[in-house]
Amino acid sequence: MSLNKAVLALALLAVAATSQLKVGDAFPSLADSKLEGQLPADLAGKIVIVDFWASWCSPCKASFPVLNELHQQYADKGVVILGVNVDEKRADMDGFLKQHPATFTIVRDAEKKLVARANINTMPTSFILDATGKVRFVHNGFHGDTTKKQYITEIDELLKAK
Amino acid sequence: MKRLATLLLVLAASGCANVKPWERQTLADYTMRGDRDPIAEKNAEHMWFSRESASGGKGVGGGGCGCN
Repeated sequence: MSLNKAVLALALLAVAATSQLKVGDAFPSLADSKLEGQLPADLAGKIVIVDFWASWCSPCKASFPVLNELHQQYADKGVVILGVNVDEKRADMDGFLKQHPATFTIVRDAEKKLVARANINTMPTSFILDATGKVRFVHNGFHGDTTKKQYITEIDELLKAK
Repeated sequence: MKRLATLLLVLAASGCANVKPWERQTLADYTMRGDRDPIAEKNAEHMWFSRESASGGKGVGGGGCGCN
């Protein structure tokens, strides 16, 4: 391999290593990600919101009441919210959940496999997946009512298309 | 191209670590905040002003977690 090609390959690798999952990508398998906790049994064919969060992330704290509301509003309509915790210690997650209870499903990515494959750019980041498991919407960060309205519009759009 | 290759090699060997967003728990800790002690901050500002005639223009918004 010539030097030019080697440098180009390195540059492409560097770009690939820094890019987050984007709209249209297939979301990595949740079942193969060795997540701690119980995944909902019937995810197939459902709209899934995968939200990466941590106890040390302030916007994550603000996002929980909204995610609880969305869960209450859409759980019966085939929408599953999955909070994926990326704390270093399980105790940090448990402490957070005592203060900010979640009505939606929480799992822990202790080995950081799933978060590394999603390669998120900021905390929190959430992906809205359609019934086929493809990423349809991405939310980088949480911005209060703006994000909440976007969630509702996007979920309604996916439910209509179902 | 050789210069670019050398530059890439130097950057790769420099020891700089790219901390991923989900790895910032330690950086997000309260003790990492520059403004956690108001008295120490005032002292530092006074020292910079009196020794270096420097005032303001310091600090950036946001915490160490780099969230949002």
